[in-house]
Amino acid sequence: MSAPLAPLPQWADVALIPLVNVAAAFIISGLVVLAIGENPLEAVQILIGGALGDLEGVGFTLYYATSFIFTGLAVALCFHAGLFNIGVEGQAYIAGLGAALAALHLGFLPGYALAVAAIIAAALFGAAFAAIPGYLQAYRDSHIVITTIMFNYIASAVMGYLLVDVLRVPGQMNAETEAFPETGRVPQFHEILSHFGVHWPVTPFNLSFLLALAAAFVVWLLIWRTRLGYEIRTVGANPTAAVYGGISPARVTIVATLLSGALAGGMAVNVILGEEHRLILEYTAGFGFVGIAVALMGRAHPVGVILAAILFGMLYQGGAELAFDKPKISRDMIVVIQGLVVLFAGALEHMFRRPVATLLARRTAQPPI
Amino acid sequence: MGWFDAFIVVFASGIRLAVPLILACLAGLWSERSGVVDIGLEGKILVGAFGSAVGATFTGDVWAGLALGVASTVVFSLVHGYASIDQRANQIVSGTAINMVADGLTALVGNAIWEQGGRTPQLPDQAQFGTIEWPFAREIGSVPIVGPIYQRLLSGHDLITYVAFLMVPLTYWALYSTRFGLRLRAVGENPAAVDTAGISVRALRYSAVVICGVLVGLAGVYLVLSQEAYFQPHMSAGRGFIALAALVFAKWRPWPALATCLLFGFLDALAIRLQGVELPAIGPVPVQAIEALPYVLTVVLLAGFIGKAIPPRASGIPYVKER
Repeated sequence: MSAPLAPLPQWADVALIPLVNVAAAFIISGLVVLAIGENPLEAVQILIGGALGDLEGVGFTLYYATSFIFTGLAVALCFHAGLFNIGVEGQAYIAGLGAALAALHLGFLPGYALAVAAIIAAALFGAAFAAIPGYLQAYRDSHIVITTIMFNYIASAVMGYLLVDVLRVPGQMNAETEAFPETGRVPQFHEILSHFGVHWPVTPFNLSFLLALAAAFVVWLLIWRTRLGYEIRTVGANPTAAVYGGISPARVTIVATLLSGALAGGMAVNVILGEEHRLILEYTAGFGFVGIAVALMGRAHPVGVILAAILFGMLYQGGAELAFDKPKISRDMIVVIQGLVVLFAGALEHMFRRPVATLLARRTAQPPI
Repeated sequence: MGWFDAFIVVFASGIRLAVPLILACLAGLWSERSGVVDIGLEGKILVGAFGSAVGATFTGDVWAGLALGVASTVVFSLVHGYASIDQRANQIVSGTAINMVADGLTALVGNAIWEQGGRTPQLPDQAQFGTIEWPFAREIGSVPIVGPIYQRLLSGHDLITYVAFLMVPLTYWALYSTRFGLRLRAVGENPAAVDTAGISVRALRYSAVVICGVLVGLAGVYLVLSQEAYFQPHMSAGRGFIALAALVFAKWRPWPALATCLLFGFLDALAIRLQGVELPAIGPVPVQAIEALPYVLTVVLLAGFIGKAIPPRASGIPYVKER
């Protein structure tokens, strides 16, 4: 078999290898674009123009990025505990139910207390829905990957039933709830800025973005600066050693899934409370799965997650523009890129280690005298 | 005969809905029994379906469609195999990647070629698998009870359906009665022991991954060449995950896998049949409840509330040869 991998300098480990991996994903994506008969460089140009070319594009990019920060953090937090939460999609969906129920039925709350209550409800519903697979993993020995996959479908069935048969406004064709009251919404930036006389084009970019940044900071604080974070990382690194150190992996599993589900709920805050202002069928649109790519690309670090989320926000916004200009490059291209990022930054993360190590060793080797 | 007729109709449609599940479930069984966890079944069904649609559309030949569908699925399987076996990757991450790439790529390429939002053109009859009539089906069909069962349940399916049902005893035989099967099961439980005996863990796992690719590819081919006669993005519609659920429910064994897939197929047929039907005392049937049943049952089983589902011991764990 192969020789052990040579140790790499830290900068290569933290920055170079991840960059090489992501670059590989994008090069293959470029080849795919080439194969369907379009020019990848032109595509990148249109994509970046659509995502960052004007304030409207930037607004949409950051709106998508907000969702991805939340779902990415949800996946990343579980990674630290050694858990793979594929259920962020379903957790965010159920969180939307919590947000909608609160916004529609707690109307007696004064002012924006209603929005705050809806945000808390979203987090609670997401956390509760994630805690069931967490409990089953911790105490009933069932694998969280399988249970969260099943729970995505259960969420979809439950929400389908509720939206079509229970929550739908009578006489309405669309499977959606009625609109939330004004105070049950998270304000959008263009509304806020117009109070100060600043003009910003109408985009769904809303205050949830700040909440997402705060969540990222709290996750960083939690993972690297608290006792609980230490326990989470210990269980993730070695559950047996954790038990030896007096840490209960079962408790950590439950706490990690609870927090992860609450973070997934942030997506409901952004989309349901910040933009749609009503609960709609299948609103999550696969964004929970984008979180997996974001977490892997961001190396499960909050700063990495934010950067990766913004990149994916650009892909989603710019991709819409690109699909408009070049109908051949439909929005499915983004899903391909997402999959390739998961493949190269996740599954094949060590593939380029040896070539990079060889290259670096050759460069730093002393020339013979 | 009203009830009996309805029963036959639901049963027959249940069999048709169960075929892709059986193939995908057996595919997962081969892979996971060798120690390679495969949550990429869903994506690979799409690849098989798309490959067969492309092959059959361009050549007008059903066999070319079959070949291209299976071959392209095997390629995806090998990517997963390379990541899982040689790169010692996290197999869940790799499977997720396969699902995403398959989902996006099939829709993208389909849209780029035909510009119909990813849908491929309707296939002519000669580019589809026709139904196979059993001898004297029409004559026996008029016999009460036995007749309809013979004519409409056993006879009148297409080639892939019969192949799927044949694959169950074949898998059982290969896994439990051949040397290859013994070694394959051993490699999923204790690869170090197999390695010590001088047998290549890598070769065994790769062959399992290829068999998995062929079977799950057939599941996709069935959707296009036997059922719909065209490819549509996301047409696998969660079947890969239902098959995964069935695999867990069947505790990674072939015959229970068949029974579970048939059960899930019938549930699906029942849900379609009961759409909008009012039951006395219950009111309209909550179809979503029936649709969610396979997932709920699997979760309950996994949690150990009804029996216990224990996966092969080495599944999901990359094998590292001692240095």
